[in-house]
Amino acid sequence: MRARHCGASGFVLWDAIDVWMVALFMAKTDTRALSLEDRRPLSPHLMIYRPMLTMMMSIVHRITGAALYFGTLLLAWYLIALAAGPAPFATVSWVYGSLLGELVLFGFTWALFHHLLGGVRHFIWDLGYGMDHPAREFLAQGTLVGGLLLTVLVWVVAWFA
Amino acid sequence: MANDPRSLKTASKKVSHLGSAKSGVGEARAMHLTSVALVPLTIAFVWILVTLIHKDFTAVRAELGQPFPAIVMLLFVGAGIYHMKLGMQAIIDDYVHEHHLKDWALMANIFFSVAIGLACIYALLKVSFA
Repeated sequence: MRARHCGASGFVLWDAIDVWMVALFMAKTDTRALSLEDRRPLSPHLMIYRPMLTMMMSIVHRITGAALYFGTLLLAWYLIALAAGPAPFATVSWVYGSLLGELVLFGFTWALFHHLLGGVRHFIWDLGYGMDHPAREFLAQGTLVGGLLLTVLVWVVAWFA
Repeated sequence: MANDPRSLKTASKKVSHLGSAKSGVGEARAMHLTSVALVPLTIAFVWILVTLIHKDFTAVRAELGQPFPAIVMLLFVGAGIYHMKLGMQAIIDDYVHEHHLKDWALMANIFFSVAIGLACIYALLKVSFA
């Protein structure tokens, strides 16, 4: 499905993600059975477009934003415990140091960097650059790879700190 | 009446207060402003937290009580909370269409953002000054 359009990326990984997204989003629905109202929107919309990396990055930008919104609870808990005293701080340190805690913090770090780079991407567009097809694709891949690289980098540094 | 060719109203006067142009522009600008501020602040925030790993209570209190980390954290929290409040507001505006539910969601968004923001700021100030 992707192969016809590919060329731009050439990355097998993207194709795998793409096929998976196609399976996830493009389940066939018999629209003729629905009333006119249920068939809206009638103009091309999310379910009709072939999922593209740039589109997925847009969705992930919003999802990471929402995740970071609730992730501020983690920061608030940490700071309040620190202000409250040694016992609450010991509790929060234990929770964040546990396997599950580290997993959540790893996810938080990734969401933070992915959203940060997504913001930089939007800033580049706001300045009027990077809107043609190769540039869009490059920026989308850069956001994805850059976010993962920065996350791993921070955790490697943290590991040896 | 708005299309009356004899009308002396200007084009701008005919459409003013009729569209959706309310507080959106100001919010979009605030979103851009906080985005730009948050790029260096997020990097500094992550760096500060990484240096705190494996340190005990007294050491973390001492580190975060220093002016530079404390001010960076306060700026990060301030810009971050405002940014995320606007972001969640956009999400609610996009997906919650039921009138009352939307009002409640927008209100809850403000309550959550202000509560988290004030809690973080209070804790940071207490660590610095207590």
